[in-house]
Amino acid sequence: MSNLMKYFSLKEIKKSLVMTLWFMILTFPIMVIKVNTIENTVIWRWGYLAVIAVGSFILSTLWRYMMERKSLQAGNESKISLQQKLRELGEKNPRLKRGALAAVIVLVVAYPFATSMYQTGIMTTALMYVVLGLGLNIVVGLGGLLHLGYAAFYAVGAYTYALLHVHFGIGFWVSLPIGAGLATILGILIAIPVLRLRGDYLAIVTLGFGEIVRIILENWNDFSFGPSGIANIPRPTLFGIHFKLQQASVFIYFIMVALVVFTIFIVRRLENSRMGRAWIAMREDEIASQSMGINITKTKVMTFAIGAFWAGMIGVVFAAKTTFINPASFTLWESVIILCIVVIGGMGSIFGVVVGAGILILLPEYLRAFSQYRMLLFGAILVLMMVFRPGGIVTNVRKVYRIDKDKTGEAE
Amino acid sequence: MAPILETKNLTMDFGGLRAVDNINFQVNEGEIVALIGPNGAGKTTFFNCITGVYKPTGGDIYIAPEGEKTERINGLKPNVVTEKGLARTFQNIRLFQNMTVLENVMIGRHCRLSAGLLGAIFRTKATVAEEKKVVDDSYEILEEIGLTDYANEFAKNLPYGAQRRLEIARAMATDPFLLLLDEPAAGMNPQETKELDEMILHIRKNNKISILLIEHDMSLVMSVSEKIFVVDYGKLIAEGTPDEIKKNPEVIKAYLGDETDA
Repeated sequence: MSNLMKYFSLKEIKKSLVMTLWFMILTFPIMVIKVNTIENTVIWRWGYLAVIAVGSFILSTLWRYMMERKSLQAGNESKISLQQKLRELGEKNPRLKRGALAAVIVLVVAYPFATSMYQTGIMTTALMYVVLGLGLNIVVGLGGLLHLGYAAFYAVGAYTYALLHVHFGIGFWVSLPIGAGLATILGILIAIPVLRLRGDYLAIVTLGFGEIVRIILENWNDFSFGPSGIANIPRPTLFGIHFKLQQASVFIYFIMVALVVFTIFIVRRLENSRMGRAWIAMREDEIASQSMGINITKTKVMTFAIGAFWAGMIGVVFAAKTTFINPASFTLWESVIILCIVVIGGMGSIFGVVVGAGILILLPEYLRAFSQYRMLLFGAILVLMMVFRPGGIVTNVRKVYRIDKDKTGEAE
Repeated sequence: MAPILETKNLTMDFGGLRAVDNINFQVNEGEIVALIGPNGAGKTTFFNCITGVYKPTGGDIYIAPEGEKTERINGLKPNVVTEKGLARTFQNIRLFQNMTVLENVMIGRHCRLSAGLLGAIFRTKATVAEEKKVVDDSYEILEEIGLTDYANEFAKNLPYGAQRRLEIARAMATDPFLLLLDEPAAGMNPQETKELDEMILHIRKNNKISILLIEHDMSLVMSVSEKIFVVDYGKLIAEGTPDEIKKNPEVIKAYLGDETDA
C-alpha cells in the first residue's frame, strides 16, 4: 500500500475531482436530460450522472497513477526489457532453454492435430502476419522508412500465383520464388523514385503507391479479372500429392511454420551483419551515415527490395490458402495492420513482431463477442501504447559483442 | 610537397547569398590546420562543400593522399568522399543514438568492408573473419580514444564529452588521411578541452592523420594548430601561424569590430 501511496498525493486526487466535476457538467445535457418531444416531457436521469461521476473519477485517477509512475520510472536505466530477461534466463540455465525450445516445437507440431481446422486456419493467418511483419520490420523498424503501401507487394505475390496458374497452369512451389522475386523487383522500382523522400512524405508516396496497385488490379479487367477476382486457385501439393481440404489446411500450416523459421533465420543473420548495421545507421541519422561512408541509395533500395521479398512470398501462400483472391484483400487497411504489428510489437525486434502479430491477429479472432468494439479497442490500445510504451511491447536489444580483452591486448 | 587538400577559388552560393567566397586553402601532410571565424562566417558551409554534403557552385577541391594522384572531388557524394579518405565529425553531435558505442565505430569501418547480402545470409568464412576483424579493429580504436568502458552502452546514454570523443572515434574508423573536426570542443569544460587537445596531437602522431578543425575555443586553436585560416563573411581574411594571426589587425577587427566603431 505504501508503494501505491508513493504515486498519490492529495493534489492529484483534487485534480481528479475537478476533472470529474467538469465531465459531469460536460455530459449533463446529453446523458441526463432526455426530452420527449411528443409528450413534451423531460426525463431527468440522475442515475447516469452518478455512473459518470464514479466512472470518470476512477479513470482519471488511474490515468494519473499511470502517468506518475511513468514519470518516476523515466530515466531509470535499470529497466531491462523482456527479451533481455529471457535471454539471460536462457544463458543461466541452458537446460531450461532447451526444455522451453522443445516444448515450443512440440506445441507447434501438435497444434493442428489437437485443434479444429478453424483454429489451424487462424494460426496460419497469424503466422503469415508474422512473416509480413518481419518483412515490413526491415523497412520500418530497421531502415526507418515509413512505408504505408506494403500490401501492394503482398498483392503482387498473390496475383503472381493466381495469374500464373490461370494462364500457364504453374503450381504453388514454382510460383513461390517467382512471386517473391517479382515483389522484390517492384520494391526496387518503387524505391528509386522515393529515394529523396523521408518521414511523412515517404509515407504519403508509399500510401499512394499501394493504392495505385490496388486500383490497377480493380480496374484492369483483362489483366486481373477486376473486382470479381480469381477463384479456384489450387492449394499447395506435396510432390504431386493433392490433399483434401482438412489435410491441405494442416499442410499450409506447416508450410507457414517453415517459412516463419526461414524468415527469422535470415532476418536474424541480416540484422547483425554489415548490411543490417547500415540499415540501422540510416534509420538513426541519414546524413551522418552517409558521411561515414554508407551508400544511402544502395542501402535504401536494398531495404525496400528485401522487405518486399517477404510480402511477395506470403502473397503466394495467401492465394493458395484462400483459393480466391480479389483486390479487396489488399487495401490500405492491410498495410496499416502490418504496420501496427511492427509498431506495437516493438520496432526492430523480431520477438516483438511475433508478439505483435499474435496480439493483433489472434486476439480479434478470439474476441469475436466484442467485435462491435474492436475498432474502439484497437484505437485505445494504440493510443495507450504510444503514451506508455512508445518503444513497443518488446524493446529491441542490440547485440552485445564480447571482446577477448587479453587477446586484443596482445595484438597491440 | 603538394598539399593533401587544396581548394581553389571555392565558392558556394545559396540563392543570392554567397556563403563561401573564392577561398584558396591548403592543408599539407601531417599538419593540424584550424579554420576560425565569427559565427555565420561560412566555416561549416566550407566543410560541407569539402565533404560532399553541398555541391560547390564554383571553384575546385583537390585531394592528394600520400602516394596517390591529385584528384578533383567537387560534387562527389559524401560517402564517396569518405571512401577517398576524408572523415568528418559534426558540430551538433550526430551519433547513431540507438546503437552501441562499438557499433557506432563499426559503422565507420563500413566503407572498408565488403561483406554483401549473401555473405551475411550464408555466413561464409570470409564474412565471419571480416566481422571478427571489424570488432577487433573497432575495439582498438575505442581503446585509443579511451571509450572501452562504454563499448556496449547505447551512444545516447554517454556523457556529453564521451559523445564528442565517440564522434572522433567513428570518423577515425573510416581510415582517413585527413580528419575534419567541426567544433570538437563545443560545450566542453576547460579540463575536457585540455584532454581533447592532447588527444588531437596523439591521433596525429599515432595514425599519421592530418587534421583540419573548425573551432571557437581559442586556447585549443592556438595550442594545437600549426596554421590558421580566418574567414569572415565567406572570405578568407587571413592565414598564418597562431602568432601571426593573433597580431593580425584584420582578424582583430573581424572579431572585435572596428576601433572607430567602438
